[in-house]
Amino acid sequence: MKILKKIWRWIDDRSGFSEILTPLAKHLVPPGSKWSYVFGSATLFCLILQVVTGVALSLLYQPSSADAYKSLEFITHKAAFGNVLRGIHYFGASAMIVMVGAHMIRVYIMAAYKYPREMSWISGVVLFFLTIAMGFTGQLLRWDANGVWSSVVAAEQLGRIPLIGKPVARLLLGGDTIGGHSLSRFYSYHVFIFPAFIFLFLGYHLMLVIRNGISEPPKAGRPVEPGKYRQWYKDMLQKTGVPFWPYAAWRDLLFGASTIIAVISLAVIFGPPELTLPPDPAAIYVTPAPDWYMLPVFSLFALMPPKIESVIMFAGPLLTILILLSVPFISIKGERSPIRRPWAVFGTIAVLMFVFSLLLLGEKAAWSPRFNAKPLSQAVIHSQDTVVINGADLFYRKGCLYCHTIEGHGGYKGPDLTHAAMRLSSSEMMIRIVNGGADMPAYGGILSKKELTDIIAFLNSR
Amino acid sequence: MNENKAGETRRSFIIKLTLGLSALSAIVAGIPVISALLAPLIAQPPQQWRKVGELDDFAIGSTRLVKFENADAKPWAGTTVQSAAWLRRDTATTFTAFSVNCTHLGCPVRWEQDAELFMCPCHGGVYYKDGSVASGPPPKALIQYRVRINRKDIELLTAPIPISNISA
Repeated sequence: MKILKKIWRWIDDRSGFSEILTPLAKHLVPPGSKWSYVFGSATLFCLILQVVTGVALSLLYQPSSADAYKSLEFITHKAAFGNVLRGIHYFGASAMIVMVGAHMIRVYIMAAYKYPREMSWISGVVLFFLTIAMGFTGQLLRWDANGVWSSVVAAEQLGRIPLIGKPVARLLLGGDTIGGHSLSRFYSYHVFIFPAFIFLFLGYHLMLVIRNGISEPPKAGRPVEPGKYRQWYKDMLQKTGVPFWPYAAWRDLLFGASTIIAVISLAVIFGPPELTLPPDPAAIYVTPAPDWYMLPVFSLFALMPPKIESVIMFAGPLLTILILLSVPFISIKGERSPIRRPWAVFGTIAVLMFVFSLLLLGEKAAWSPRFNAKPLSQAVIHSQDTVVINGADLFYRKGCLYCHTIEGHGGYKGPDLTHAAMRLSSSEMMIRIVNGGADMPAYGGILSKKELTDIIAFLNSR
Repeated sequence: MNENKAGETRRSFIIKLTLGLSALSAIVAGIPVISALLAPLIAQPPQQWRKVGELDDFAIGSTRLVKFENADAKPWAGTTVQSAAWLRRDTATTFTAFSVNCTHLGCPVRWEQDAELFMCPCHGGVYYKDGSVASGPPPKALIQYRVRINRKDIELLTAPIPISNISA
């Protein structure tokens, strides 16, 4: 035993382990920093999980446009625990996005970004966008039809940047079109370039935690006063601070470990997202949709007025970034308690509701035509009249049913036409069908007179 | 004192030289790195005429999906080398080819033969048979490819994925 101790002492002295780590572990933190402080470390735990599972996936994955799909099939269906591995990496990404969001909201609600922690917020904003970028490029590496079309959609969005839009879009795809160069680039972005920036900014973010200390839980009536704050914080720590390890760290560990166990459970129960068709840009019968955390953006692009959309696609993200970066400069001092900052709380709730409703709308995607609608059955038509039956057939074949519902069958983009005859006369129907509207094609040039009257007869039969 | 001053001048010169050399090495090493990063902007593949079928394959008035290799066909591209277009034979001697990419955000539009409409699955963009916008968010008409008849062969001039810009 004595000799082991001696060996350890030698190692510790020459390596400097205790000397470096003890101050980090034992640094004083404000008392009362409890469960609301665990989201940042949970994000870090998720990141570590992503790095480890990502490295494992790279052992099995072929980063080439031609072979990636086959290797994904191998990982999902053949490799030992490959399915679970993909699942963990997928749900781990989701968890990391949830945690980074929760962390950001907590910091904003408690105004922890105020003096002297402005740079913590700014590096955090950069890390937030890097996390989203990782999520999105990871989705592209799932190189199926969805990956192909998601990259085209991303290129189109980048194309809206004034002046440099086209070259930037081309840089993303690696050329004029999807091809042999595309996946190599996505792989490099996802595995080397973005992670390098994440490690850089994360290192800085954590260094700042040690330098400025974590913010104390806010108290109404105790405003931040730049100039006096640092001394006050130091005195407060001396008087009432507790060592990070183990008094605060145990919560981080418990919550982080629970998060990881939850991620693994989800991966085992649900598995990774199923692969869609192979990555063939000429196989066009697909319905591209992004992973859940991109759905709000997907919805926004469907619901915005088309006139302002191109501008918003560029200005929206730019303004979001600028506003987020300027937060600590807009309110650098003063009250931190959410009770004294009702507008901050209200704003956060408003943004959350906005994003969450868009997410729910994106789940349904009511604006997309339902190409899988089936011709209406006799039970729905319930008429023997050949004109009505022909009208119902045309209602399907002319694409009406893709966007309109009849007794629960069909799409949701346009109004439900089950009882259209109760609202509209025959001539009103004719005007709408022939002329179309903002969200409906004008069928005047498409339908013959007979077809038009048949469809109206069908709608009137209900 | 004088000696010291002379030493300082020399030191400051050597420091400048060192920094300059370091910067130079970084720049020189950076050239191939930046070239790899910007490769898609440096070498733009020429557009190619690709055969998509023969005259007899297309009935007058029909609109069909045709597949062809893109202009930059790398041997390691696998299925991603493919592109597609909607080709219509308008008359005995004229064809129109539409890009499959919706001008809104690039999703692949489908030709609905009976409805005579192109429909996009993503955000509900719809185009008339001439490619003009019928409804939904697309900012402009479907892009067309150039088509030519080379004896019996129908050939189509490849083009980049159309990227809508902010003014569209």
